[in-house]
Amino acid sequence: MSTTAVTEPVKDPRGPWFRRLPVISHFNKSVGLQRGMLVAGLVLTAVFLLTAIFAPLIAPFGFSQISDADGGFPAQEAPGGKHLMGTTVGGYDVFSRVVWGAQTAVLVIIVAVIMSIFIGVILGLVSGYIGGWLDRTLVVIADAIYAFPPLLVAIVMAIAISGGRSSLWGGILAAAISITVVFIPQYFRVIRAETIRLKAEPFVESAKVVGASNIRIMRLHVFKNATRTLPLIFTLNASEAILTLAGLGFLGFGIEPTSAAEWGFDLNKALADTTSGIWWTGVYPGLAIVLTVLGLTLVGESINDLNDPRLRGRKKAVSGKGGPDSTPGAQAALEAEVRSS
Amino acid sequence: MTTLIEAPPTDGEGLLPIKKKTSGGGLGRYILIRFFLIFPTILILVTMVFFLMRTTGDPITAALGGRLPPEQLQERITAAGYDRPIFVQYFEYLAQLITGNFGTTLSDNRPVSEMLATYGAATLELTINALLVALAVGIPLGLIAAHRRDKGPDAALRVFAILCYATPVFFSGLLFKLTFSVWLGWLPVAGRATPANELALTSLESPTGIYWLDAIRSGNTAALADVMAHAVLPALALGLLTAGIFLRLVRTNVIGTLGKDYVEAGRSRGVSEYRLVTKHAYKPALIPIITVMGLQIAVLLGGAVLTETTFEWKGLGFQLATYLTARDFVAVQGIVVLLAVIVAVTNFFVDIVAALIDPRVRY
Repeated sequence: MSTTAVTEPVKDPRGPWFRRLPVISHFNKSVGLQRGMLVAGLVLTAVFLLTAIFAPLIAPFGFSQISDADGGFPAQEAPGGKHLMGTTVGGYDVFSRVVWGAQTAVLVIIVAVIMSIFIGVILGLVSGYIGGWLDRTLVVIADAIYAFPPLLVAIVMAIAISGGRSSLWGGILAAAISITVVFIPQYFRVIRAETIRLKAEPFVESAKVVGASNIRIMRLHVFKNATRTLPLIFTLNASEAILTLAGLGFLGFGIEPTSAAEWGFDLNKALADTTSGIWWTGVYPGLAIVLTVLGLTLVGESINDLNDPRLRGRKKAVSGKGGPDSTPGAQAALEAEVRSS
Repeated sequence: MTTLIEAPPTDGEGLLPIKKKTSGGGLGRYILIRFFLIFPTILILVTMVFFLMRTTGDPITAALGGRLPPEQLQERITAAGYDRPIFVQYFEYLAQLITGNFGTTLSDNRPVSEMLATYGAATLELTINALLVALAVGIPLGLIAAHRRDKGPDAALRVFAILCYATPVFFSGLLFKLTFSVWLGWLPVAGRATPANELALTSLESPTGIYWLDAIRSGNTAALADVMAHAVLPALALGLLTAGIFLRLVRTNVIGTLGKDYVEAGRSRGVSEYRLVTKHAYKPALIPIITVMGLQIAVLLGGAVLTETTFEWKGLGFQLATYLTARDFVAVQGIVVLLAVIVAVTNFFVDIVAALIDPRVRY
C-alpha cells in the first residue's frame, strides 16, 4: 500500500467514513449468531425509537384521553374493538399509553445520558489529569455513590428536585437528573482511569514540551483518546435508565398520568387489577419495558463483543473455540480500564 | 449496578492510593485499612442524603403542609428545631446517629429505629430467599451453558440471562401473580402469611421477625407451610433478577478454567466430562462469584424495595414506599441511611473473604 501511494492518490485504507460509524462498522465485523443478536437488538431499538418519534401518529388517542366523540371510554374493557389493548380502571386506552410511554422514555434517556456523559467525562478528565487531593476526594465520593442501590439514589434525588411531585417537563427533568447522578460515577471512573493512563503517554509529554496549555492537552490529546469506550457504556446505560425510570414511576415518583404516559406508573396502577384477573393493563406496558431494554442490551452486548478481537467471531469460523462470548472480554476490558491506574 | 457487564472492580479499592503504598502489607493491615474505609463511605452518603432531602425544605412542612394552619405548623417546626441553622441540625443529626437514634417518624409518630428493627427482619428474609433462588438457578444453568458452549442450550440460556436482567421485578412479580395466584390458584397473592398465622408468629416470645425461623422454633408446621407458600413468588421474582448475572458469571469462569492445563490433564486421564465440569473446573470458578455477590447485595436491596411493594411484603422497602407517599422524609432518611450502612458493611466483609481466598487481592 505504501509503495503505490506515491504515484496514486492516497486512498484511505479505512474505507469511506460512514463505514466507520460505531454501529455500522460493528455490523460489518459481525458474523453468524453475533450478527443475529446485533440485528435483533437494532430492530427492537429502531421500533422503540420510531414509536417514540411518531407517537402522535400511531396512538389512536391521547395519553390522558378518557372520552371521544362517542362518549366516555368504558373502564377496564378487555382488549379488542376500538381499544386494541383494552382500557384501564380510569378509562385510559392502554395501547395509546404504551405508545406515548415510549416518547417519555426516549426523552428521559436522552436528557439523562447526555447530562451524565457531559458531567462524568469532564470530572473524569480533570480529576485524572490534575490528580492530588481533588482526585482522591472525587474518587471516594464516586465510589460511595457507586456502591449504593441506584434506585435509592434516584429516589433521594427525586425528592430533592421536585419534592416528589411532578409535571411533564418537571417530571422528565427530575427523573433524568436522578438517573444522571446514578450514572456519573460510572463515566467518571472509566474516563479517569483512561486519562491517567494517557497522561504518561509520549504524545502528551511532547505536547507539554512544545508548550501546549493544560486545557488544550486535555481537550485535544486526552479527551479524544479516552472516549472510545463511551458507545458501549451509552447503550448499557440507556437500558438501565429505562429500568430506573420505570422503578421510580412504579414507586409513584414518575410523571402524573395527566401530564405524560409512563410505563412504570401504569404497572403500579395495574397491580390492583391482577387479583381480578385483569391482565391487559399490566402486561402490555411491562412487555414494552422488557422489549426496549432487551433491544438496547443486545446492541450493547454485541458492540462489546465486537470491540474485543478475542471475542469477535471470525468470518471463517474454524471450530467451536473463539466463538461468541461476551463476559470475560467485557470484564477484562473494564477491569483494564479501571485497574490501569 | 445491574449492568450486564459484571463488575468493574467494584469496591473501588483499586482506585485508592492507599494500596499503592502498602505493597507487601499483611492481611491484618489490609483488613484494618479496609475497615476504616467504611466510615468515610457512610459519612459521605449520610451527608448527601441529609442535605439533598433538605433542599426542598423542612420535613414537617413536607409532611403536614396544607393540613395544619400556618401557626401550628410553625410551632411544630420550632419544637422540632427545624428553624435552626442547617449545619447545627446536621451535626446534631450525626451525633444522634452515632447513638442509634434515627429520630421519630412524622406520619405515625414512632421511633425510626424501632420501625427499622421491626421491618428489617422481613427484608432480610426476602433477600436471603432471593439469594438462595439466584444461586440455585444461576449456578447449575451456568454450568450447563459452559458445558454446552456455543450450542443450542448455551444460546437459549444466554437469552434467558438477558431477559432476567431486562425484566423489572415488579413486572415479573405481576406475571407470577397472574399465573400462579390468580389463574392457577396455587399460591397466595400477597403478604407474608395469612393474618391468623401472622398474629400467631408475631405474638411469640421474642420473635426474630424471620417468619420461617419463628415457625420452626414454635413447632407450628401449618404456619411454616403457609409462610413458605407466601415466600415463593417474591423470592422467585427478586431471585431471577440476580440469577441471570450468576449464570453468566459461572459460565464465563468455568469456560476459563475448562481450558486450563490441569483440566486437560484430567481429561487425558479419563475423568468423565461431567466430573470435569462439576468438580475440576467449578471450584476455582466460584471465587469471582463471592466478589460479585457483594455487589449484588446492593442490587438485591434496591430490587427488594420494588418486590416488597409488588407483593405487599411488609419490609423496609414496602415501608419506604409508604413513607414516600406520605411524604414522611424523616422515616425515608432513616431507611436510606440504614441501607447505606448495610451495603458498606457487606462490601467490607466481601472484600475480607475475597482477600482470605485469594492473597493477590491484598497487595
